Amino acid sequence: MAHRALAIAPRWPGILAGLVVVALTLGTLAAVALRAEWDSGLSTADWAAIRFTVLQALVSAALSTLLAVPVARALARRRFAGRDLLVTLLGAPFLLPVIVAVLGLLAIFGRGGVLNAGLAWLGLPPFSIYGFHGVVLAHVFFNLPLATRLLLQGWLAIPAERYRLAATLNAPVGRFLEWPMLRAIGPGVFLVIFLICLTSFAVALTLGGGPRATTVELAIYQALRFDFDLGRAALLAGVQFGLCATGALIAWKFSAQAMLSGGLDRTIQRWDKGSPVRDGLAIAAAAAFLLLPLVMIILRGLPGIADLPPGIWQAAIRSVSVALTSALLCIVMAVSLGLWRSGWVTAIGFLPLAASGLVIGTGAFLVVFPFVNPARLALVVTALVNATLALPFVLRSIAPAIEEVHTNFSRLGATLGFGPLAWLRLVVLPRIAQPLGFGAGLAAALSMGDLGVIALFAGDAQETLPLAMYRLMGAYRMEAAASAALLLLGLSFTVFAVFDWVGRRHAAV
Amino acid sequence: MTKATYLPAAAGLALCATGALAETPVLQVYTYDSFTTEWGPGPAVEAAFEETCACDLQFVNAGDGAALLARLQLEGPRTEADIVLGLDTNLTAAARETGLFAPHGVTADLDLPIGWEDPDFLPFDWGYFAFVGNAGAAAPANMPELAASDAKIVIQDPRSSTPGLGLLMWVKAAYGDEAPSIWADLADNIVTVTPGWSEAYGLFLDGEADAVLSYTTSPAYHLIAEEDASKVAWAFDEGHYMQVEVAGKVAGTDQPALADAFLAFMVSDTFQSVIPTTNWMYPAATPEAGLPEGFETLITPEKSLLMTADEAAAARDTALDEWRTALSQ
Repeated sequence: MAHRALAIAPRWPGILAGLVVVALTLGTLAAVALRAEWDSGLSTADWAAIRFTVLQALVSAALSTLLAVPVARALARRRFAGRDLLVTLLGAPFLLPVIVAVLGLLAIFGRGGVLNAGLAWLGLPPFSIYGFHGVVLAHVFFNLPLATRLLLQGWLAIPAERYRLAATLNAPVGRFLEWPMLRAIGPGVFLVIFLICLTSFAVALTLGGGPRATTVELAIYQALRFDFDLGRAALLAGVQFGLCATGALIAWKFSAQAMLSGGLDRTIQRWDKGSPVRDGLAIAAAAAFLLLPLVMIILRGLPGIADLPPGIWQAAIRSVSVALTSALLCIVMAVSLGLWRSGWVTAIGFLPLAASGLVIGTGAFLVVFPFVNPARLALVVTALVNATLALPFVLRSIAPAIEEVHTNFSRLGATLGFGPLAWLRLVVLPRIAQPLGFGAGLAAALSMGDLGVIALFAGDAQETLPLAMYRLMGAYRMEAAASAALLLLGLSFTVFAVFDWVGRRHAAV
Repeated sequence: MTKATYLPAAAGLALCATGALAETPVLQVYTYDSFTTEWGPGPAVEAAFEETCACDLQFVNAGDGAALLARLQLEGPRTEADIVLGLDTNLTAAARETGLFAPHGVTADLDLPIGWEDPDFLPFDWGYFAFVGNAGAAAPANMPELAASDAKIVIQDPRSSTPGLGLLMWVKAAYGDEAPSIWADLADNIVTVTPGWSEAYGLFLDGEADAVLSYTTSPAYHLIAEEDASKVAWAFDEGHYMQVEVAGKVAGTDQPALADAFLAFMVSDTFQSVIPTTNWMYPAATPEAGLPEGFETLITPEKSLLMTADEAAAARDTALDEWRTALSQ
């Protein structure tokens, strides 16, 4: 790794962003811990929850990453009409609020779903989605798109010159270019997904089938909401941090050092296209698995969309503003951290993934409450917390690009005497535009679907779309809720797609 | 008048300045989400009360009943809440223990199936938990019969939802020490356990299960609001556990008179007549006009089960352990 002899960008924005992340993750945890009366340890049920949490996260992350390899590979080396649209569309499941995604999955795999209708027609026994495999299925549905996108970026980061060289030397691309790339970024992708699955609870509970499918996050929820046992919540959040840190250490040990070096950003030309049938199958299977549930969500929601009450549209506008603010905050933090290029950045990038959203919300509430009515800050806190929660994804996608810019262009930049802003605008941003656009889109969409933080802070006037959707369900308006879910899906996807598109458009070609 | 008086000057100047312009007193009522939706009782209650009180009634939402209590505990004595509306009897013991509540001081003729003598918490509505299924399908007559049948049900997790906790209490109240074996027998009927009521009810309507844990009054929603008579509640002969929803006055309120007025209003005809077709529960005091048409079609359990607040608090941890053990096999 290059040292900072030639650093052009100042360090303070990165340090500042790092402090914000630490304050929102470890700081909020400390706030909860300080208020706690400590009188409880971990019960046997908690240990069972820890085992289940780790096991399902391992299996889910392994499957998501492995299945993403052929899909990303196929997408990296095939050009076809609608490819860009498909790449964007495949990102949709990751952006969905849990309940919406689960309902979509059930429409396909559920007891009364399409799959079972087909099985019954064939005279085959029904398939039950409920249980360990249901949890894994849902997590793969959520995370396969993310894994595919992150791996795809790995493929696209291999300089075109390398392929040309490999072709000239008649060397196998798989062994000399693709495998080293996978070794370098695969473990990181696995880790990100492992951590996401580690902190889930609504999916695990709904599809897990019962108390066997208890996660640590549910135990935190119970401790906070039902027992008001802040000590136990803090302890469990600490356990979750510990699990995540262990996972991070292991993944770090297994990832190889990135060996990319500067190419000239040409469009990739491949001489080794391999079997088009296999690639076609990989893409088609992934598309069917990821898009069919979305189609069901659209079909269910469409009939009622015109009849949605006016309050929903206000909530939608509020959600979009929060999402855009969140995306902006997220990119500023990510670029600042990325340019800092310290070893700390990797650790800071893991923190939000390891944190419990509930504990962050509760801690932030405790910190804010003595000074300001939390309802006044609901939307601001939601934007900030969600920007932080999305940070790991953005960092993960831009860090290699920034590293590459630094390795290849910092000498040039120093020679030309670029100031920090010119350096950022002329050299860095165009080269990280694509992953940055993707990351900003992700941040916006995740913030749009957030329920945890807003639920704790929101007063009556700050209703966001997901909250409005839940309230519709609570008032028996399931059809209206389905339409609100569709609206949420449409808006999340649109903000994501717009950012993603802007990123690609401004990418240096 | 605002209640932002404890704000440190630096942070609070702007807020106080805007607050000082408002002259009407503000009554803050903490409640659960579905109460304040435009189909819930909230809007009608707000309009009716503000007509009489020359005040600004503000609802503050916090998830469900349990989240409501947690929110209050987070805020502690400095809470801005004047009234907390939406706890149930499984939560009142813990709520009382916070010491944040004052006696309600209201004497009213309530129409609950049981006597009510809680000095701190006043009921505003109630209902019976029940499994809601489709009309025409076989309906078991009690828990053991359900357990022996092939019927598939969705329930809610008692660790994250108040109906889920209600079912635990139901089985415990009806079967006492037999509860673990009831749960063991029910295990294969349970399709899945959801985090909350909304997810479970959604799964049931989507055909994922034959029945869902809800209320005897749920079919009234379908009948009255959607003219759909296809949903029925299963009548169980061991009795049905009740959920009594209550409100309490926060001891540290800066609007004690308004808070008292609101509690009295809460058991009045105006408030109570809004409840059946907005909250889809039974009113705590039947309005003079009676219950809306359609409610007469609902099942009326022969036996009402309800543990006192202290019994419920004492039974909770054991019941939870039994439930978890039986369903983890």
